[in-house]
Amino acid sequence: MQAIETVTVGSGGTASIEFTDIPDTFTDLYIVSSIRNNRSANGAEQKIYFNGNTSNFSTRYLGAEPSVASGSISGRGFSGVENGNTSTANTFASSTLYIPNYNSGVAKSFSSDSVQENNGAAIMYIVAGSWSTTDAITSIKFDSGFDYLEHSTATLYGILAGSDGTTTVT
Amino acid sequence: MTNSIPTKIVINCSTGVREVLELTQAEIDEREAMAIQSEADRVADEEAAQAKAEAKASGVAKLAELGLTAEEISAITGA
Repeated sequence: MQAIETVTVGSGGTASIEFTDIPDTFTDLYIVSSIRNNRSANGAEQKIYFNGNTSNFSTRYLGAEPSVASGSISGRGFSGVENGNTSTANTFASSTLYIPNYNSGVAKSFSSDSVQENNGAAIMYIVAGSWSTTDAITSIKFDSGFDYLEHSTATLYGILAGSDGTTTVT
Repeated sequence: MTNSIPTKIVINCSTGVREVLELTQAEIDEREAMAIQSEADRVADEEAAQAKAEAKASGVAKLAELGLTAEEISAITGA
């Protein structure tokens, strides 16, 4: 696994984080993020775009929070939870997003897990998703609709298949 | 955000070039619509969960009125 790029949000925040021109030299992609946004609430949806598109997604999720246990979302790239700005001060959601075979010519699957913190009343989500577009993924954007606050980070990793054509673990 | 126009961070993974760009009006409109939709969905989820909890509590109360013990109600409902 090789780190491709890391983004750390500076003072003033940002509306979104976008990785573009992702090289096609890897087999799978993996993103680790630590994010807090300015929503005046405990948490907020983490939303992703592939190639600028967020409408061709369908997801199933298993969540742990006071009111939502499981369900499905279509029509937007739901990928979990982020800290909102009324959650425990100075805490950031922790999440991972795994996208296998991002260069394939078929629909893409992905999975994610994410947690946020609010004085012990944490929210957690496991998400399984599909993006129906058959184009290779060349850009990935995080945009929850709320501004990401300073010190939020995201790192994009590439995972390369072994020489026999399968992804290996060493 | 201190700017009147929100910005985004864009990283070109092939060149390593990082840019902070102002959002277009279309992008601003889209993310505002997405925020409104996600908020509406969240409220709907919470209302549905609340209605389910209230229905369950009502059902448990009616079972109790029929004479079931707390243990019997728990065995039936899993509560």
